Amino acid sequence: MKTSRPARWSLRVVALGYLIALLGTPVVLILWRTFEPGLGTFLASVKTPAAISALNLSLLIVAIVVPLNVIFGVVTALALVRGRFRGRGLLQAVVDLPFAVSPVVVGVSLILLWGAGGWFGALDRAGFKVIFGLPGMVLATLFVTLPFVVREVEPVLHEIGTDQEQAAATLGANGWQTFWRITLPALRWGLTYGVVLTVARALGEFGAVIMVSSGFAGVSQTLTLLVHARYVDDQNTYGAYAAATLLMGLAVLTLLLMSVLNRKRRTT
Amino acid sequence: MITVTGAHKSYGTFKALDGVSVDIPAGSLTALLGPSGSGKSTLLRSIAGLEDLDGGSVVINGKDVTGIPPQQRGIGFVFQHYAAFKHMTVRDNVAFGLTIRKRPKAEIARKVDELLEIVGLDGFQHRYPAQLSGGQRQRMALARALAVDPEVLLLDEPFGALDAQVRADLRRWLRRLHDEVHVTTVLVTHDQEEALDVADRIAVLNKGRIEQIGDPEVLYDRPANDFVMSFLGQVAHVNGRLVRPHDIVLTRDRNEAYAADAAVKGSPGVITARVDRVVRLGFEVRVELTADSSEQLEVQVTRAAAEALALDPGETVYARAAHTPDAWETDPALAI
Repeated sequence: MKTSRPARWSLRVVALGYLIALLGTPVVLILWRTFEPGLGTFLASVKTPAAISALNLSLLIVAIVVPLNVIFGVVTALALVRGRFRGRGLLQAVVDLPFAVSPVVVGVSLILLWGAGGWFGALDRAGFKVIFGLPGMVLATLFVTLPFVVREVEPVLHEIGTDQEQAAATLGANGWQTFWRITLPALRWGLTYGVVLTVARALGEFGAVIMVSSGFAGVSQTLTLLVHARYVDDQNTYGAYAAATLLMGLAVLTLLLMSVLNRKRRTT
Repeated sequence: MITVTGAHKSYGTFKALDGVSVDIPAGSLTALLGPSGSGKSTLLRSIAGLEDLDGGSVVINGKDVTGIPPQQRGIGFVFQHYAAFKHMTVRDNVAFGLTIRKRPKAEIARKVDELLEIVGLDGFQHRYPAQLSGGQRQRMALARALAVDPEVLLLDEPFGALDAQVRADLRRWLRRLHDEVHVTTVLVTHDQEEALDVADRIAVLNKGRIEQIGDPEVLYDRPANDFVMSFLGQVAHVNGRLVRPHDIVLTRDRNEAYAADAAVKGSPGVITARVDRVVRLGFEVRVELTADSSEQLEVQVTRAAAEALALDPGETVYARAAHTPDAWETDPALAI
């Protein structure tokens, strides 16, 4: 389509203005507020025992969620693409459920299921805390991050087809060898994307996690919960900014990793 | 030697193989020729073990491999779309089968280099498939299949995705390769020219059945039925019968035509036709005719014959069959 010069420029101005107003301003504001009192103040605020504990907990959840999502995501994607079974359409819809359901609802349903009065409440009464413990937070994060690996791997599986795997079979490779030497390497970029998205979402998840966490500072606060607690409960506005900046830093790191990988993908 | 007996395979209500039995002699290069949906690819994939037969058996070199997975059949398979391992270099692609078999590194390296030289990809060891042309990729796939010393080599429309010139080069190259390596080879194709060019035996398939199998000349000269005749080579209709365009004789003189025709056993008769067009195709001349019955036919004559006749559009000519395949069929001495 051909557009005139003034039209082109005004489109750019509108698009950029929109982005700056909605995305740029809040981010810059937080960064400015964080570093205004100096780097030392920032470091002191993110080095408190509660902040370090929150960072560790967030990273621990990521470390548990990512491998589980990789394994089950690849298996689910394989089932969706290659499987010929009844209820495949239903599975397709279920995979997208976390996109549609509000995280708060996820939290509530987890409590109904695993809480003291829930279906699996016996576990809770026996002393194994799922709700208000780490398992609950992991379950909540797993739920909201479930689609990412599946949805990134699925199109790649469609694209590569089964020719390469059949070729491997005729060359003597058994199912396991074919999976490790052919299928998995072919999926590597889709998988990497899925993992990056999972990490970003797991770090940023708030709604579902707050429902199932006991929220004790230094014990069961993730970074997002720390931001919330500092701002709302402690009236520690500066502390909230600092923790938010730390969270953003991790997100930016993940995004950078993704664009670096993306560039690498295009060159090979 | 491959022996398929009574092979049946259905996809839902569609019968891909409907009782196929075929012997493929050791060391031959056999083409499975047929239109799409004729079952030729299904037959090949059943020999490879990539499809399970609903009924029947496959025996490779005396060993019944029915129900045995492809890994243990001792086959090499080449796919239409190369099936190159994209994340591996050419060297690793070709070495794959040997690596799986845990052969010593030195042996693998030697064998891979040797094969790459045979297929003309020497110096491409460290390239990735994406950096190769279609023809090169298929030659790599062939080297990869040959690396494991297969008892039989199976090729599924191997040149189908390539352009005409590369295709012609590659099949001549395959023919030479086969003369050197002598591995029993089965090639699936829908291109009759390719089958005639490469194979020393052709099996014509149609609707899940084998119509005829034999040497290319036999199939061309003595087709078992109209399907084989029209699928392998060109045909013209003379009074409703199929005749090869180059087996039709044109004469200006009516009496001469009828006299000559009387001598041909089982002849379809003489037709009176009008010349529509005379096309010179190098050595050959194609004469396009419309018969009295308003049937269209094309006749191939040599340049000398065309010059002697000196035909112009609009003129009347008498066409007859010099001999007919039907005549061959009815002669028991020539039966296949």
